[in-house]
Amino acid sequence: MGSNVLTIKDFCANFDENQVVNDVTMAVEQNQVTSLMGPSGCGKTTLLRCINRMHELILGAGVKGKVLLHDDDLYSMNPIEVRKRIGMVFQRPNPFPSMTIYDNVIAGYKLNGIRLKRQERDKIVEDSLRKSALWEEVKDRMYKRGTFLSGGQQQRLCIARALAMEPDIMLMDEPTSALDPKSTAHIEELIIELKLNVTILLVTHNMAQAARVSDFTAFMYLGDLVEFGPTEKLFTVPEDKRTEEYLSGKFG
Amino acid sequence: MIKSNTFFRVIKDRLFLCGVYFFAFLVIVPLFLVLYYIIKNGLPVINWEFLLSLPKPMGDVGGGIVNALAGTIMAVVTASVFAIPVGVLTGIYLSEAGEGRLADAVRLCAEILQGIPSIVIGLIAYAWIVVTFGSFSVFSGSFALALMMLPVVVRSTEETLKLIPNTIREASLALGVSYTRTILKVILPSGLSGITTGVLLGVARISGETAPLLFTAFGSPYMNLNIFKPADTLPLLIFNYATSPYPDWQAMAWGASLVLVFLVLTMNLLAKLIGKKWEVTF
Repeated sequence: MGSNVLTIKDFCANFDENQVVNDVTMAVEQNQVTSLMGPSGCGKTTLLRCINRMHELILGAGVKGKVLLHDDDLYSMNPIEVRKRIGMVFQRPNPFPSMTIYDNVIAGYKLNGIRLKRQERDKIVEDSLRKSALWEEVKDRMYKRGTFLSGGQQQRLCIARALAMEPDIMLMDEPTSALDPKSTAHIEELIIELKLNVTILLVTHNMAQAARVSDFTAFMYLGDLVEFGPTEKLFTVPEDKRTEEYLSGKFG
Repeated sequence: MIKSNTFFRVIKDRLFLCGVYFFAFLVIVPLFLVLYYIIKNGLPVINWEFLLSLPKPMGDVGGGIVNALAGTIMAVVTASVFAIPVGVLTGIYLSEAGEGRLADAVRLCAEILQGIPSIVIGLIAYAWIVVTFGSFSVFSGSFALALMMLPVVVRSTEETLKLIPNTIREASLALGVSYTRTILKVILPSGLSGITTGVLLGVARISGETAPLLFTAFGSPYMNLNIFKPADTLPLLIFNYATSPYPDWQAMAWGASLVLVFLVLTMNLLAKLIGKKWEVTF
């Protein structure tokens, strides 16, 4: 057993009266890829957005329960500190449109007013781009706008931007849903490589993707965490009937 | 049967297309006629003396419009200093707040302000500032111009910022960037081209305003660089010279018109250029 980066305990989330995450308890292990899988509207994205406290930005959003990052209670920290320690990659690639590729990677430092020496900056940018497998493609055009890249490249740029902050854990919200199959395959390979450096929590509605890239899988349905365990076990001998039905394509 | 039908449809199609082209062409004719007429009448008057010297007393030959040029620049710059920061900040508020009572009220006020006739705004500036200070001044004129420019800046800022996808804001917040910094360093730069375009169009709009200046900046034949004293501006000078009975002065009004149109056109073109050049894609 590795150590847990993230521990979620009896966690509920709601929009006004509408409870979308019911009493979820699970843990995310260090340097592993954990998938949150389930049909649309099952609360997986909401749960993910609660972890870096983006959920609360929406009017009427509320939460109950505990989320621990290592031993720190995320909900007693300042959300700004939480988001600096937890990286996030979104459904659609969203590089900052006014910035160059270089500036996009270093944006977490620049926008937070963290001053670095030139060499330090260069090193962070190169390391992050190498980790996100984009360095070779962009090293000669670092000062071009990030939005000129292709969709898949933009998503890898966003991954580099999150990696640059050296997060304790990286949240990925259906990172390939806006990409073509080739870019998707590329990002999936990258996710598997990345777990050497960072712990990943991945939301996906694609079971094949969960099966391909993750070590642990959680299946969510209607806000409940139905089943959580090693990916191989969940996909071959699911304990819950609902998991089995979802995997065999009866709903979702 | 089917064949003849098609034939008439094709004819109708052609006719319609010709009509569209004709009216589209018709729209550009007035602009070129206006430009042609102003250039024809204005160009003979324009030379360095015209641009760089003060008006001569009535009856003397020559003289220029440098006082009005300086006055226009002064009035427009002062108005911009008021209207741009207030307008941009209000625009940010409106785009961020979205719906809501205060936001709706502010939006409505901006719309109404835009609809108030410029002469009335001039009268307000007269009542509030000229009467209070006891003297006509560029400052009071700038106040009136700022009121006219404000809704333009508010609107263009709001419209521009609303087009920026929410995912960009989330990307910044998710990096642990504070809300203020997200607005100032991510959202504003992303909307810079649209906001600058709006500001320039606002400036172009107020540079040609006469009515709000009639009883505020008032006009003066002397060089004045003090914003608390009255001064001439190009539209005022054109108004006064064109309505005078002297052919010299009427000719100078054409010259001043050409200068004014040139300034406004330049600003419009600049706005277009900046809009293109700084445009960001999402």
